[in-house]
Amino acid sequence: MSQETLDLIISKVNNALDEEVLVVKPPETDEEAEGEKEEKEEIEETAKLNFGKPMIILDSEKWSMDLAKMLRDDPQLHFDFLQCVTGVDYDEHMEVVYNLYSTEKKHYLYVKVKTPRETPSVVSVTPVWRAADYMEREIFDLLGIEFPGHWNLKRILLQDEWEGHPLRKDYITDKKALGLD
Amino acid sequence: MAIKTETMTLNMGPQHPSTHGVFRLVVDVDGETIKRVEPVMGYLHRGSEKLAERFVYTQFIPYTDRLDYMNAMTNNYVYCAAVEKLLEWEIPERAEYLRVITMELNRIASHLVWWGTYLLDIGALSPFLYAFRDRDHCLDLLNEISGARMTFNYMRIGGVKWDSPDGWIDRVKEKVKVLRENINEYDTLVTGNEIFQSRTIGVGKLTKEQILDWGISGPLARASGLKMDIRKDEPYSIYDRFDFDIPTQEEGDVYARYKVRIAELYESLKIIEQACEQIPEGDIITKKGKRIMMIKPPAGEAYTRAEASKGEIGVYAISNGKNKPYRIKLRRPSFVNVAILQELLIGKNIQDLVAIFGSLDIVLGEVDA
Repeated sequence: MSQETLDLIISKVNNALDEEVLVVKPPETDEEAEGEKEEKEEIEETAKLNFGKPMIILDSEKWSMDLAKMLRDDPQLHFDFLQCVTGVDYDEHMEVVYNLYSTEKKHYLYVKVKTPRETPSVVSVTPVWRAADYMEREIFDLLGIEFPGHWNLKRILLQDEWEGHPLRKDYITDKKALGLD
Repeated sequence: MAIKTETMTLNMGPQHPSTHGVFRLVVDVDGETIKRVEPVMGYLHRGSEKLAERFVYTQFIPYTDRLDYMNAMTNNYVYCAAVEKLLEWEIPERAEYLRVITMELNRIASHLVWWGTYLLDIGALSPFLYAFRDRDHCLDLLNEISGARMTFNYMRIGGVKWDSPDGWIDRVKEKVKVLRENINEYDTLVTGNEIFQSRTIGVGKLTKEQILDWGISGPLARASGLKMDIRKDEPYSIYDRFDFDIPTQEEGDVYARYKVRIAELYESLKIIEQACEQIPEGDIITKKGKRIMMIKPPAGEAYTRAEASKGEIGVYAISNGKNKPYRIKLRRPSFVNVAILQELLIGKNIQDLVAIFGSLDIVLGEVDA
């Protein structure tokens, strides 16, 4: 069931982007020699099952509103419910994860969008799912990721004058360093 | 003849009794008609997600209590379940039953607080006293098993902290009977009341499309005719073993939300009764779960969700193989649900503001995290 959904998503997304963006790690065969394995690891897996649920990984240039619309409106996919938007700071890059759910088909999808850490920016999906409104604003507030296309992108939990983005890994929380101790 | 009017900006909150916390609504009104709404929040922000990164996994459980402090058991559960999913642990049967019983007792307590305070907001004083009488039945039971009335800190990764005291299950069974009788009183007290109905029927309607678009979940979604309940859609813990219904209403107005919540009280009682009958003897926590410093989920990430009294509560947990989480994202239902106010209140009369706002049942501890 989930494998079928994943295959369907891969073909739909690759079709929409008109190139082979999503690749699955090919299953290992017995005949494979040790030397060949190393060569294979260079291919980055961009579509897989994560705890039984499909997950796709995209670069922020490939992620667009049209693609989000396709995920929502395609009758076979029909991801009409945006569950959760998560921002993550890795040392080399930043990531925004969209958790999608179809209330009709009862299937799930993780969409991970990678963006460079220096200029983090991911196209907003608020025109497609308005549920993203506050969740994207929260990420903008706490992680400093820009969401072009968001109608009202400003801080939501911290006050407007706040400096820095607390959920970044390099944010200083040490009281001594801040002169509070 | 058209009367010349001017828009006026009205500031509701942060200290306002009907917000049940610190929440501000900036409202532009033209006469009595609302033109624009801007919710302002963050007064209670404590940086829970950042704090999570500093602690070992078990240490973060008390912080989840303080998100939605009306429904802390489900918060406990969903965090523990997220870590257990990464660990791929099997949870002892008895622990799962105790989890379900405490979660459902807490759901009843949470709905009763909403029932009492909502009616207080729209001018009915006495229901509040009835609601808190019955809520304390639930809280007494939870106090007995966990040692706290509201911030339980009861669940642990791999099980629960305490086994039920002697005779606790029997006392739960008795209280279920008492609660069922008492909740029947609510219908005679309020549901048919003409003033109450005229304040709520047809007010603050939400369509199915709005619900899906804004990602709204819980009783709000079910009151608009969407049969969405995570306990049925993606059964977690042992919810697939119980026989219960998902109450829905088609109208989507404030009155429909009221009826859904009252109907859910009866369903929760049904689940508790069945769980009390089925509960087996045995361990309450896995052996590995007792060694809290050694809880190190393998590197990976997963989104786990559960049905809280306010809607879908979710935890996106990322582990890098160490004994502290790399990232914990909390999907708080109140935070997502409250966004609808920006659209829902436009064009409404100012007298309906509190009636609509209260019907969303938000908790500010959860909105601000």
